[in-house]
Amino acid sequence: MAVPFAYSWRNLWTRRLTTALTAGGMALVVFVFTATLMLGEGLRQTLVATGSPDNAIVLRKGSETEVQSGVARDAASAITTRPEIATTADGRPLAAREAVVLLALTKKSTGKVSNVVVRGTEDASLPLRPQIRLVAGRLPRRGTFEVMVGENVAKGFAGAALGQALRFAKRDWPVVGVFSAGNTGFSSEIWGDVDQLLPAFGRRGFSVVIAGLRHPSDLAAFKNAVENDPRYEAEVWRETKYYEKQSEMMRKFLTVLGVALTAIFSLGAMIGAMITMYAAVASRVPEIGALRAMGFPRSGILLAFLLESLLLGGLGGLAGVGLAALLGFVTFSTINFQTFSELAFRFALTPGIILASLIFSLAMGVIGGFLPAVRAARMAIVDALRQG
Amino acid sequence: MLLIRLILKNAFRHRLRALLTILGVAVALTAFGLLRTVLDAWNSGVAASSASRLVTRNAISMTQSLPYAYKMRIRQVTGVETVAAGSWFGGIYIDEKHFFANLVVEAEDFFKLYPEIAAPPEQARAFIQDRKGALVGVQLAERFHWKLGDTITLRGTIYPGQWPMTIRAIYRAARPGFDETTLYFHWTYLDEALKKTMPQRAGQVGFFMIGIDDPSRAAAISKDIDALFINSQAETLTETEKAFQLGFVAMSSAILLALEIVSYVVILIILAVAANTMAMAARERAGEFAVLKTLGFGGGTLSLMLLGESMILSMSGAILGVAALTPITTLFARTLTQYFPVFDVSRETMLLGLGFGALVGVLAALVPAWRVRTLGIAAAFRRIG
Repeated sequence: MAVPFAYSWRNLWTRRLTTALTAGGMALVVFVFTATLMLGEGLRQTLVATGSPDNAIVLRKGSETEVQSGVARDAASAITTRPEIATTADGRPLAAREAVVLLALTKKSTGKVSNVVVRGTEDASLPLRPQIRLVAGRLPRRGTFEVMVGENVAKGFAGAALGQALRFAKRDWPVVGVFSAGNTGFSSEIWGDVDQLLPAFGRRGFSVVIAGLRHPSDLAAFKNAVENDPRYEAEVWRETKYYEKQSEMMRKFLTVLGVALTAIFSLGAMIGAMITMYAAVASRVPEIGALRAMGFPRSGILLAFLLESLLLGGLGGLAGVGLAALLGFVTFSTINFQTFSELAFRFALTPGIILASLIFSLAMGVIGGFLPAVRAARMAIVDALRQG
Repeated sequence: MLLIRLILKNAFRHRLRALLTILGVAVALTAFGLLRTVLDAWNSGVAASSASRLVTRNAISMTQSLPYAYKMRIRQVTGVETVAAGSWFGGIYIDEKHFFANLVVEAEDFFKLYPEIAAPPEQARAFIQDRKGALVGVQLAERFHWKLGDTITLRGTIYPGQWPMTIRAIYRAARPGFDETTLYFHWTYLDEALKKTMPQRAGQVGFFMIGIDDPSRAAAISKDIDALFINSQAETLTETEKAFQLGFVAMSSAILLALEIVSYVVILIILAVAANTMAMAARERAGEFAVLKTLGFGGGTLSLMLLGESMILSMSGAILGVAALTPITTLFARTLTQYFPVFDVSRETMLLGLGFGALVGVLAALVPAWRVRTLGIAAAFRRIG
């Protein structure tokens, strides 16, 4: 026979202050746990969404990022003529030779300088990234010094709003448009005409070639052809894979830190739960004796106390996840260690993370409450009753 | 005296609960200390940098280069003593997981500029004389079990190809807090190779490190240097080494802020645990306190007793936590060397840990102590349980 659920619940309610303190401690731990998971997930979502499975990116062999890469002019032009590349409506290859340079701009929030990606683009650059759409102003005209900026840049950096002009390489670059690329890395970039940007930065070669494949499965053929041609000294990645790689180091850092922190924090919270549950048992010894005398079995008592601490954990978990869910409104903007450039991303809450957090909090409750519950269950009826 | 014994006895009357509370406080303060140490490690570059050195880089960003020819012109600026060119090489040893910082420098001038880098004179000479020689920090050498004379190969990411080199010198930091995990090799080695393979990229450097005679004139000298190159193809930005390093740190400011917030969250967590313990202590002993009050103990004395109990518990935890901090960070440092070259617990962190321990002790006792103080004797006797 099981002890009624209400018994456990009403016991928690009777000692509200203690319950609130214990569950509050757990809620904070769950909050940290959930927040780090959300951050890692947000980073992954942003970078994975930045790439498209239809696109291939050509980098110089051995270079890890676009900024480090360099593809010579003739090689870049030759690569765009590969037959695996799709064609646009007017019959030209759907491929863009792009330049990627970092520009130091002042962040509004800190007043400090951070690196922003400036991307020199060609006509095909836009159709290759269908997620980009203009939200204000107009597209920059080719052959001019006009640029458009991603919305995170327009919002986060000084002097980068519509109508203002960026000053670098001896010249003003008027911002004529603001674009949104959703939750992707492009929202943290500045786009201009590659033919204007290359000479301005004193460069001859391009950084990368982005190629839109006829079919995602053409990647192998394209990769083989480009990588085995000794003239190019290039390597080819599927764009999605490339951007996922860019998040690896940062994600590893966030994961290591998050796991280490929550492991230590949860120890503290479990100790808190244990203290509470031991006290709950100690102050109810005669009551437990009475329950046993009425015929509730040891297992029933064990379950009742476990349930009580499970509830405690559940309360903490719900509060913690609820608190963390509020972070969904916050945009997190920081430097990506690997690309050395600014990247804005959101805390992303997924059902998986909610589930993991709740399981984590329930586990804290169970582990914290197990020993006290065992003590309650093992009490001899007579001794317990006598203590009253 | 009697009172102190009573406090001690009371603090440990529930032995298990007292131990758990102490353990909880200890764990939380260790976590707090660890977080502060991570933050310190992040700022270590700033702490170790000197105000009498300047760094000149391309005004566009760190990744744009400057012509080597600028060196001569910078040297002519009044107040400039030494100029050493250098570049971030960004080479990879074995694979990405074995990350460490590697730079090319002009060795002779570099040694002059950085007295912090202490290598035995004969090793320093051997390094300067071998164009394919390398100078490595002692921690880095230990990490990969490198010895003098070993040949290692870096794979270039910015500069393509395989770059073999021989370890000629191992340096220690002459000042605590200075990075001992960097590899330096010769800019001339890089530049001569580039002249053959990619002539358009030769004769370029990433930055100039500049020694000046009078640190108080740093701002004026920086301005003079930048004025030289205004409206040239590569405009420069000169700042003190400290400001330069701060710039790097500021780029991760969002992460730093998050860590800082989290480090206070853990204090809140432990405050909840400790407050809970004290609340229970006061509640369970209401009858006892009523007896004491009847005997003539004042409310203030009783509150002080409770405060004393709380302080004993939380300070024991704090001392335990701070003591555990050093061994734990040593363990941590081993797994995180690729992120943080310098990872030491500062005295400030330890003091802060003890301070927060005391604060938790006081705050946890606040509400229960107030309750005991205002406890009505009759009401307390009437209460059962």
